[in-house]
Amino acid sequence: MKAIKLGAISTAIAVLMALTPVQAEEYVIDTKGAHASINFKIAHLGYSWLIGRFDTFSGNFSYDEKNPSGSKVKVEIDTASINSNHAERDKHLRDKDFLNVSKYPKATFVSTSFEEHGDGKATLKGDLTLHGVTKPVTIDVTQIGAGEDPWGGYRRGFEGTTKLTLSDFNINYNLGPAAKELQLDLHVEGIRQ
Amino acid sequence: MNKQGYTRVAIAIHWVMAIAIFSQIIMGLYMTSLTYYDPGYRIWPWWHKSIGICLLILLCLRIIWRRMNPPPAPLESHQRWEVTTAHLTHITLYILIGIIAITGYLISTADGRGIDFFNLFTIPATITQIPDQEDITGLIHLYLSYLLLAVIGLHLAGALKHHFMDRDTTLLRMITPNPQKKRKEHHHESN
Repeated sequence: MKAIKLGAISTAIAVLMALTPVQAEEYVIDTKGAHASINFKIAHLGYSWLIGRFDTFSGNFSYDEKNPSGSKVKVEIDTASINSNHAERDKHLRDKDFLNVSKYPKATFVSTSFEEHGDGKATLKGDLTLHGVTKPVTIDVTQIGAGEDPWGGYRRGFEGTTKLTLSDFNINYNLGPAAKELQLDLHVEGIRQ
Repeated sequence: MNKQGYTRVAIAIHWVMAIAIFSQIIMGLYMTSLTYYDPGYRIWPWWHKSIGICLLILLCLRIIWRRMNPPPAPLESHQRWEVTTAHLTHITLYILIGIIAITGYLISTADGRGIDFFNLFTIPATITQIPDQEDITGLIHLYLSYLLLAVIGLHLAGALKHHFMDRDTTLLRMITPNPQKKRKEHHHESN
């Protein structure tokens, strides 16, 4: 039994090593220095925008200039950290009517593909798990820049936007016809490891 | 002042608070069940907060008044366990009302916004730095209100027991400063 298990594990490790591109640069998203934000906006009655964000999340990505389509992203969001600058509203958003954070404390995004179109534009596809539901999402990405920082490190940053339909994620509270969709605005700066 | 009775002020505060507390519990449960497009979605919380502040003020006044005008001694016919239970129930009621009012205030002011008191003035936020303040104080506010309802039930049961089973003046004392007179009239009528 033990020998079979060990055999399987060593095979898995070998496969993983073969799949991992050697030259891809690994980045950790700079949430520590708060150079990344996950913002959202949603129509309020259709008359204006309500802006909010998730204060706590972590993630990393890999990026290889020679082979950008091999890039990968993984982000984990603490759903209870939702912040719309209004305590009573945030309490309601964390409640069962919306995110139900005691049951679903984490939301995750794991990329499945990345395709560059030139001019810094790209399309990132991946699976978003939110409120216990996993759905594929497509994020329009723009690379903002990359280079050395003044403190001896190397950084690379992107921004991205996507739209989510709340009912796709089984969030069915009626906020009105204008607020069925929500726009996510993502700003990510990674520090190369 | 009649030693047998409560002062008119004490009686008035008791009943105003009783009505306000019942309204608050019903309103609190009702308003949190409303959906976003309900016309009452904004107005009921406004009433709930302002009345809640009134209750906290009344509780303070009541405690001060009680210090200045001690309540009448328990009726001699009351058993020792009855006196102890009643006393503990009263203390629990005061503590619960105080904590529920304060936690309600801490929910609404968790982000630094004050409470609009009947459109007259704004009561400022003070404590805003408790982690997950609105969630934690919200849970305390809700569950202690259920507990309060249970303790009110005990309080009410005691009052009704004394009135209908023991046929003493316990309940009448909270209705009139001269309960003896009232009970006699009552007996007279029923005879």
